Amino acid sequence: MAALKFTEVNKNLQLIKSNSVTFVNQKKKMTAHQLQPDSWVDLYADYLFNYAVARVSDAEIAKDLVQETFFAGLKSAKNYKGEAAERTWLIAILKRKVIDHYRRINSNKGKAEVRMRYSSSSDSEGDWLEEQVADPFSMLENSAIENEELGSAIYSCISKLPKKQAQVFKMKTIQGISTEDICNELGINPSNLWVMIHRARTALMGCLNENWY
Amino acid sequence: MISCDKAAIICNKTQYGEASFMDKLKLKFHLFICKTCSAFTKKNTKLTVLCEKANLHALSEKEKLKMKEQLQHNS
Repeated sequence: MAALKFTEVNKNLQLIKSNSVTFVNQKKKMTAHQLQPDSWVDLYADYLFNYAVARVSDAEIAKDLVQETFFAGLKSAKNYKGEAAERTWLIAILKRKVIDHYRRINSNKGKAEVRMRYSSSSDSEGDWLEEQVADPFSMLENSAIENEELGSAIYSCISKLPKKQAQVFKMKTIQGISTEDICNELGINPSNLWVMIHRARTALMGCLNENWY
Repeated sequence: MISCDKAAIICNKTQYGEASFMDKLKLKFHLFICKTCSAFTKKNTKLTVLCEKANLHALSEKEKLKMKEQLQHNS
């Protein structure tokens, strides 16, 4: 069992390493960072929203948190030193907003208590401690973490697409809007749409290729 | 016989469940003889699986517009 754990840790370490390497590469590419609040909503709203939804699991609250993040970003724009990329900076603000949100809903001291549920059946008498121990073979938590990394990887790749392609891809794949509705809304014809989808998908495949295939 | 371009379009439609039965048949036949397209189809299907697995969320255009308006009001 110890060996199993070790390989798992090793795997995670490698994952972290490969992620940090790509991060360093990205950082090298961008030398001078500047804030452009006008394009925030177009560029980062979906990414931030996705991040927030995963943490508060309520679309309305997540939307509010993203909005608050933008407000806070505008307010403290003069404190931005240009060290981090715009998106990283905004995510850092959003992180605080998520924490504040949980603080707010748990403001009553009683709510913050961790409550354990003990099964009342007499069969398990004396086993209560064992029940609380994490199952070493459970992969549930791992896959949740992996899926979240996958989500942000996909969003990073989407952000590299041309604006129109990204928009069409998001509407079609993530929001699941029908072809007809998208065509009406954007004023394009279906064959146009499929060409854009094709280009977007091909680009995404190439972008995700290194880590996820 | 359909071209590879046509096959790719059908393959994309299949990912969203919008290909007709005849289209699918044509695609299957094409994949039988075209290695490049079957590799593409495999990757494309994987992409769909990945997108589903990631459980992505996005804001609608309307919501974004509202956000922009509110931001402008405040600045």
